[in-house]
Amino acid sequence: MTAMQAIFLLLGLITFLSAVMVVVSPQLIHAGLWLVLTLAGVAGLFVLLEAPFLAVVQVVIYIGAIAILIIFAIMLTRRMLREDGRQYNNLWAGAVTVSLILFAVLTFLVLQEPSLAAGSEPLQAETSVLLQDLGRSMVDVDRFIIPFEVASILLLAALIGAIYVARPMMASEEGDREE
Amino acid sequence: MIPLSWYLILTAALFCVGLFGVLSRRNAVAILMSIELMLNAVILNLIVFWRYGQPADISGQVFALIVFAVAASEAAVGLALILSIYRRRSTVAADDINMLKW
Repeated sequence: MTAMQAIFLLLGLITFLSAVMVVVSPQLIHAGLWLVLTLAGVAGLFVLLEAPFLAVVQVVIYIGAIAILIIFAIMLTRRMLREDGRQYNNLWAGAVTVSLILFAVLTFLVLQEPSLAAGSEPLQAETSVLLQDLGRSMVDVDRFIIPFEVASILLLAALIGAIYVARPMMASEEGDREE
Repeated sequence: MIPLSWYLILTAALFCVGLFGVLSRRNAVAILMSIELMLNAVILNLIVFWRYGQPADISGQVFALIVFAVAASEAAVGLALILSIYRRRSTVAADDINMLKW
């Protein structure tokens, strides 16, 4: 086993175990912190895959923005569902079965396909050249400027939509309130 | 070097853990966290196939970045919806939010 494989196994184990903790942890705030560890593990795997820009994006956007947003939402809604309450719905046994079957099928397919099996090597690539190319291709009219602009419009629309949906209730709407 | 199948099995495991969370958790915020797990597995899978397939072509990374943007907007809108529901109904349990159910 080479050093790279040992690092991969360590990172993969951390990522997987903290992902399991995210879904089984009875206290939501702990689940949010385990989610941060999972995202950090995935960022480490990006480094291992020689995609350093994506690792930075993962840390800044996922850990810095999304995970913190989720932790804020947990704290804003924390009076509900205390840790002693029921955390799973009545379908949890079916959910375990479906997840295990899907994992078994995916693993079977991966191991059966000879081109994906052990021995496949990553191709060589020059990372610093790639990073420049990534930056240029995002603003190049002939390449990815349309997806880039669509993504920015999507983010703007999501921002406006989130503000509109989560705004405090107006006095005139109080009558709509149920209970 | 690391075989491609190791990465694929790890992302399959991450995705299935997220799937279990989405199907079984009662708290809507926990469901959203599980969706983030699934999206992360998908992004990792995209990068793995880029690295082992066409590392000279940058489009794999661009694809992953677009998925990042979609995931960020999904999280923002989802959490805004959960906060709005919490404010109106004082609950975040997914099986109590049954206004649309017959």
